[in-house]
Parts: sequence; C-alpha cells; structure tokens
Amino acid sequence: MTLAATAALLATGPTTGAAAQTHGFLSPTGVEIAFLLVGLVTFGAALVTVTTRQLVHAALWLVVTLGGLAVEYLLLTAEFIAWVQVLIYVGSVVVLLLFGLMLTRAPIGRSPDADSGNRWAALAVAVAAAAALVWVVVDAFRTTWIDLDGPAAGSTEATGASLFQNWVLPFEALSVLLLAALVGAIVLSRKAKAESSSPPVNAPGVTKSSRTVTQGSGSSEQEGAR
Amino acid sequence: MHLAYPAVLSALLFCTGLYGVLARRNAILVLMSVELMLNAVNLNLVAFDVWLSKAARETLHSGQALTLFTIAIAAAEIGIGLAIVLAVHRNRGTSDIDKLRDTSERHDPDDPDHDARPAEQSDEAQKAEATA
Repeated sequence: MTLAATAALLATGPTTGAAAQTHGFLSPTGVEIAFLLVGLVTFGAALVTVTTRQLVHAALWLVVTLGGLAVEYLLLTAEFIAWVQVLIYVGSVVVLLLFGLMLTRAPIGRSPDADSGNRWAALAVAVAAAAALVWVVVDAFRTTWIDLDGPAAGSTEATGASLFQNWVLPFEALSVLLLAALVGAIVLSRKAKAESSSPPVNAPGVTKSSRTVTQGSGSSEQEGAR
Repeated sequence: MHLAYPAVLSALLFCTGLYGVLARRNAILVLMSVELMLNAVNLNLVAFDVWLSKAARETLHSGQALTLFTIAIAAAEIGIGLAIVLAVHRNRGTSDIDKLRDTSERHDPDDPDHDARPAEQSDEAQKAEATA
C-alpha cells in the first residue's frame, strides 16, 4: 500500500510544489531511513500483538511496539514525550496488563479462542479503514516537510515552559482526574471484596481468584495510606 | 522529514488497534488494542506539533501538551479498565467478552443462548464452567 502510494508520489512529485522539488521521496535523508526502519519494526510488532494466540506474548510484543514509538518520538525531536512514553507505557501500563493477565488466570500456552468469530469482518473493516486513511493522509500531506534542524521542538525546556505557561488549568484538572481514577480503582476493588466475603457459596476457583484480588486491593490501600 | 511518514505509520497503527478491538475475545487483549489506538493518536499529535512549531513563529506546543494529557488519561483508563475486568472475572469467572451477553438485545425468545433460562441459572452455569 505504502509502496504503491510512494510510487505514485514519485511520478507526480516534482510538479506538485516547491517542497516536493527540494525534498523528493527518492532521496530520503538519514532520519527518514531510520524512521522507516523503526516504523516497520513497530508496525510488525503491533501486528503480532493483535494476532498472536499466546496472551503473555501479546503483552511482550506490546512492549516492542511502545518502545519503537518512543524511538520515533526521539527521531521527531520530541525527547520529553519519548521518555514519558518509556516511563509510563513501557514501565507501568504493560506491567499493569501483565498483572491483569495473571489475576484473570490467563493460560500460559496457546489459547485457541483468543480471536472471536467475527475475525474476518474485523479484518475487512480494518483494511478498509487503513486504505481510506492512508490514501487521504498521503494525498493531503505529500508535499509537507518537517524541518528537523535547529533547536529541538520538544525539548524538556520548551515542553515545560508551554505546559506551565499556557496549559496550567488543564494540567491541574488532569491531576484531579488522576485522583478520581485512583479512588475509583480502589472503590471497585473494595466493593467486590465485601460482596465476595459475605456469601461462602462460591465455587472454589472463583473464591481463589477473589482472594488474590483482595490481597492486591489491600496492598493498594496501604500505598494510598502512605 | 516528510510529514507523510509519521502520518501513514499512525494510520496503520490505528487500524491495527481497530482490528484488535473488533477481533479479540479476551477483555485484556481488547485493552491492549485500545492502547495501540491511543498511541497512534499520540504519534499523530507529536508529528503535527513538531511541524507546526517549526512552521509558525509562535506556538502553544498544543500537540505535545495534548499528548501528555492523552498519556495520563490512558494510564487512568487502563487502571479503571483492569479493575472492571478483574471485578467481572471475579463475579462471572470469565473475562471473555463474547460470554458477557446480559445486556444484549433479546429479540428471539426461543434462542437458548439469550433468555430461555433465568439469569441466575446462567450465572451458575458460567461459574461452573469457569471452575471446570
């Protein structure tokens, strides 16, 4: 898809504008080559994430995808976003997902029912959306050139200055939202603990999983109390 | 760098996440696909912000600020989502979203999957199925 689009661009490129004349798709810069290679790795890892039948492997391939995206941010000179991506996504979100997989007792090996029955309809929808989006995006931005020279656009200084000069109020609202999410997660765990401890008629497998989860909620309460 | 490269990569990643959301059956795998879609949006925001901050004289860096907000909201979303998935798994014994059909439309009363049996019986059947 992208190769065909690039070929079409090469045919019409030199006549479309000044940016395309100075920066053709036939002579990519080093940053573009690095971006393409890392982008291929990222896209391949994303494809494996949504198609593998081993649940834990899906989470580990998600690490590759998110790390590749962090490298893409670095190549776009957005270094603060890149390190935030590494810290939050690779560091905490994937660990949370792995904890979730363990607490729901996901099978370690291959699980044959990882994909539902509407896989082909989903594939058709995704391919149609990808074709439409790539066509529109390439058609709209084929002559647009990002100038990566000069000072970095996303250095920590620039990001911090804009965040605390122009975006202070949304920033504070976001902290309230994070607090609400923290309290909400604790409440969801606590209410379930009260329910599962009162009726002792549950099946043994279910009570075993609830005991694990109540231990998890207890530790999060301790962290909240600290 | 051409803006088409990050834009195309972002579109492809978004559609990969779309496929995952539609095709996966485990709720946690659906959450992973949602993370993929959010990351595609983040890449788009960063690329356009870098382009605009070099093209314009004064800029608010709104793309990068919105990216940070999206990352924080995604972290909150994954925490709440996992708490809900764990609560559902504890009550129903499964995190399979194809089996959680209590709020589906019941247009066929003869369908044994939907409402031929009462809700309590189906819950017990699901729990027994989970323990088996």
